[in-house]
Amino acid sequence: MSARAQGVEVGYAPLVAALAALTLVAALASLTVGYARLDVAAALADAFAGRSTVAALVFEQIRLPRAALGAMVGFSLGLAGAALQGLLRNPLADPGVIGVSGGAAFGAVAVFYSGLAGVFALAMPLGGVAGAIVAALLLYGLAGRGAGTMTLILAGVTINSFAGALTALALNLSPNPYAAYEIMFWLMGSLADRSLPQLWLAAPLTVVGWALLLSSAPALDALSLGEDTAASLGFDLGRLRAQLVAGAALAVGAAVAVTGAIGFVGLVAPHLLRPFVGHRPGRLLLVSGLAGAIVLLAADVAVRLIPVHPELKLGVATALIGAPLLYGLIDRMRKEA
Amino acid sequence: MRIAARGLVVRFGARAALAGLDCNLVSGELVGLVGPNGAGKSTLLRVLAGLQRPDAGEARYDGRSAAELGRAALARRVAYLAQSGLSHWPLRVDHVVALGRLPHRRPFSPPSAADCAAIEAALAAAEVEALRARPIGTLSGGERARALLARALAVEADMLLADEPVASLDPLHQLRAMTLLRAVVRKGAGVVAVLHDLTLATRFCDRLIVLAEGRIVADGPPAALTDAVLAEAYGVVAVRGERDGEPFVVPWRAAPRRDGS
Repeated sequence: MSARAQGVEVGYAPLVAALAALTLVAALASLTVGYARLDVAAALADAFAGRSTVAALVFEQIRLPRAALGAMVGFSLGLAGAALQGLLRNPLADPGVIGVSGGAAFGAVAVFYSGLAGVFALAMPLGGVAGAIVAALLLYGLAGRGAGTMTLILAGVTINSFAGALTALALNLSPNPYAAYEIMFWLMGSLADRSLPQLWLAAPLTVVGWALLLSSAPALDALSLGEDTAASLGFDLGRLRAQLVAGAALAVGAAVAVTGAIGFVGLVAPHLLRPFVGHRPGRLLLVSGLAGAIVLLAADVAVRLIPVHPELKLGVATALIGAPLLYGLIDRMRKEA
Repeated sequence: MRIAARGLVVRFGARAALAGLDCNLVSGELVGLVGPNGAGKSTLLRVLAGLQRPDAGEARYDGRSAAELGRAALARRVAYLAQSGLSHWPLRVDHVVALGRLPHRRPFSPPSAADCAAIEAALAAAEVEALRARPIGTLSGGERARALLARALAVEADMLLADEPVASLDPLHQLRAMTLLRAVVRKGAGVVAVLHDLTLATRFCDRLIVLAEGRIVADGPPAALTDAVLAEAYGVVAVRGERDGEPFVVPWRAAPRRDGS
């Protein structure tokens, strides 16, 4: 076996501390990088003093939501990816690849399209969560327990394309071309022009999702040895599945409803961190979430630094990097099999 | 601990894997669960471990049902070693063995001194101390089987239910594993092991339960494995002998069919 699979395990606490520090650095970078020249220190001082200077407004209404959402959504994607990989015992599970993100996107679009979004503020995040739950349940029905890689990917492809078709149907039937245009751009996934209220709407659902996912750590460890062994160690697998599906749907659904579909972060983050925690699925959860936050914040800084106009959408950027990575991963698994 | 199973019935479609089966298992006994393929051995073990709900009948643990005892308590008192010795991730051997302590640990708290001691004892007992830092995927089949046995031992349960614990081991490690199971029994726990090797089963077990077609054909000391039982359960004729006062049985050839068909 390669040195990579042997692992380069490091202490867990130092690893978490280092990743948390990196997340902070990435968030600070996200605060400082932008199209408007901004003296962050002065803006911060103005904001705290309650002075509505331009700098303070840019900071509060543009930079801060963008950085905070980047960290929150990235953490959700990395964490949900690690949890789903642990549950399905498959390194290719990811909320995007298996259709949960696509379902969430359709849920949010359906709410947007039906006009429910204007009725109450939480409609869009809740629509995203509902779409994600339906996708996760369909996936579970099709791919089942301990499904093979092939079944899982085929199930994901099916659900993704169906969710995509439904979303396209909404666009197709859109009475207003501008609404269709808006939906299309929203679907590409971005952190730009999001506001603090959107953050506050998504945050409670997200945090509940995180709690459900993080608390599954011991059960995911036990599941390494198969379902019978995990059950014999006292874990209720039915409850675990429900907990993880609900957790992933809440965290990812809320994230997608605010930012649109951002793929591959949930696939790449666990993959990068797995060797550092000795491949233990329980310990992977937190560090993978932090890695997801770092990756997403870094990508979001990158799209603002790349001199392309209009700005490269974040979901486009992550897919451009993530898809070749997935290809390489499948290729390696094929050779190992 | 005493596990009392009464009237167990498990059906898979039209086929009854267990067809109304009673048995009692107590700590301090090494019980060999033997019988031909498809006799219901693994199903019985899964029912006793609380992994499979029987269609009729129930297993009681010191007089209490699995539901009354609760998942966590059952997991601490009954350890189960699955037949398929695979780990889905390339975990280190000592991390795999540590999984056996999960029923005893409070979530998200570090392992206690008792946990560490149990892990070390299990690694030593299964002779996998030297492999502790190796990823389980890099081990040979026999080494992996011993590492997984160590995982089950780390539970320190009153009863160990092991599905074919020696199937993939070479002769030396088969003998060592059976000796190890004897040692577990000597320390007071009970062991029920599904075995295919009748020679090992008759030499090492205190008691054999012979299953065929979901029923118990014979239940008693190794001597209960008579020629009639062997012919009925397995359809084989065995050679018997004795060495240093220990009787042994070696399956020799197919038994002549009684019905002449």
